[in-house]
Amino acid sequence: MDYKLTFKDYNKSLKKGKLLGLKCHKCGKVTCPPKIACQECGSTDMEVVQLKGSGKVVTFTVSYVPAEGRDAEVPYTVVMVQLDEGPWLMGNLTDVDPNKVKADLIGKPVQLGMRMKTIPGDTYTMGDKEAEGSFARPTFVFA
Amino acid sequence: MRRVAIVGVGHTPFTFAAEKSSVELFNEAAMDAITESGITNKDVQAIYLGNVLGDFSEGQVMIQSYIADDLGATNVAATRFEGACASASLAIRDAFMWVASGYYDIVLAGGVETSAKMGTPLATRTFAMAHDSHYEYPIGLTFPGFFAMLAHLYTAKYGVALDRLKHQMALVSVQSHKYGAHNKYAQFQKEITVDDVLKSFMVCTPLQLYDCCPFSDGAAALILASEDVAKKLTKRPVYIAGIGQASSGKLSAQKDYAPRIRAREVSVKQAYSMAGVGPDDMDVCELHDCFSIASIIAAESLGFAEFGKGGELWETGQCDRGGKVAINMSGGLKSKGHPIGATGASQMVDIVHQMRGEVEPERQVENVKYGLTDTLGGDGVLCNMVLQRGW
Repeated sequence: MDYKLTFKDYNKSLKKGKLLGLKCHKCGKVTCPPKIACQECGSTDMEVVQLKGSGKVVTFTVSYVPAEGRDAEVPYTVVMVQLDEGPWLMGNLTDVDPNKVKADLIGKPVQLGMRMKTIPGDTYTMGDKEAEGSFARPTFVFA
Repeated sequence: MRRVAIVGVGHTPFTFAAEKSSVELFNEAAMDAITESGITNKDVQAIYLGNVLGDFSEGQVMIQSYIADDLGATNVAATRFEGACASASLAIRDAFMWVASGYYDIVLAGGVETSAKMGTPLATRTFAMAHDSHYEYPIGLTFPGFFAMLAHLYTAKYGVALDRLKHQMALVSVQSHKYGAHNKYAQFQKEITVDDVLKSFMVCTPLQLYDCCPFSDGAAALILASEDVAKKLTKRPVYIAGIGQASSGKLSAQKDYAPRIRAREVSVKQAYSMAGVGPDDMDVCELHDCFSIASIIAAESLGFAEFGKGGELWETGQCDRGGKVAINMSGGLKSKGHPIGATGASQMVDIVHQMRGEVEPERQVENVKYGLTDTLGGDGVLCNMVLQRGW
């Protein structure tokens, strides 16, 4: 069975600011990031759809301790966003100073920004040809 | 299936960067387990080993074969298990099954890790490999970041104020250190205060340094035997009465349950029902406190508290020594240390010592009949075991 929406295609599209997901023909729910089977019912009868990229923050953290090779990034804000179409999508929040982020961030409406952050592969992901040079990071701003 | 018992155990000190290799560490623990069991290295029929990051810390894959050869268990079947921080528990679960099935009578199981050797940047990078490498790591998700997000989610979902949750989380770390201070194998043999936790530096909001377990090196090993063989070897067999294992996806895929880890509820239910017991029967529990919030979340799913009320166990002393279930009398991952490939084995070793009345008096629980282990790997591998005193 062919994988309907591969990471390669999802990543390529997201780098251009277009968020893709999969709509299930059986239950009508949306899966994002992509899987071979519907997140909600397990059906493989799904079609690729474009998502709006808007939703609200359900949780977050501001990270101060970097992984190897990512020292320049800290501090940075990671958010989990419940998209309007239903799925949760992890991303970065960029239009607020990480040092000023407070717990009232939860519930705030956000949307994907115009410019998507990316990160190149490192020593351990060099073989990741499907990333075509870099991994897209869903980059949110306040709606 | 046959009943399976633990007949001997071994445990190295858990430390900062070890001066010994993983083969050396594991086989020190293994030889102690073999000696304690009254068998020899030639009696070991197979080896089940948890090891996660040997590829990175020592440039060694396939370490299980070198361990078998080094040990003198020449040519036995040796298998490595990788389930992130739950690796040793997965190894022991499979070891159990091979003995229960009747295929083997005596096997060696356990785990080893030397992650402290790697230093914090590489260890942080490689630990983060136990998150989704394509969809979540690129964003900057790290191991503490995952639990930090669960902590904020916890406050929102259950309406527990962040200040109160932070205080409960601090109490978790304080209790772990209270008992780890007396554990001769522990990495941090010192007590800490709530103030120490709340003044430590911020790692990932809201988790501060003392909410987090350390990077650690060490090994733990157990000899498992069929009931018939066990009865010949020891008067004090500890039975593995129930086993459970389950998996879950990346954090975004856990949206319907988070901050609960659904896999834990599936896994522990298997273990309880196989053993014919429930949470109220547990005298001790070694649960996966990689981060203080992780303990609170785990205690709820294991059935020790209602959802949203796990922190009250630490506030009221219900999970302290003398409480309804004594949690992490070893000092847990926080104080004892967390050599990830060894942790599940270490949890079981400590419960065996508790049942035999062999731990330091300051952390000994009286008359332990049942104990539960809970090991979580990354964001998606869960393994639970119910241990039963056999005498």
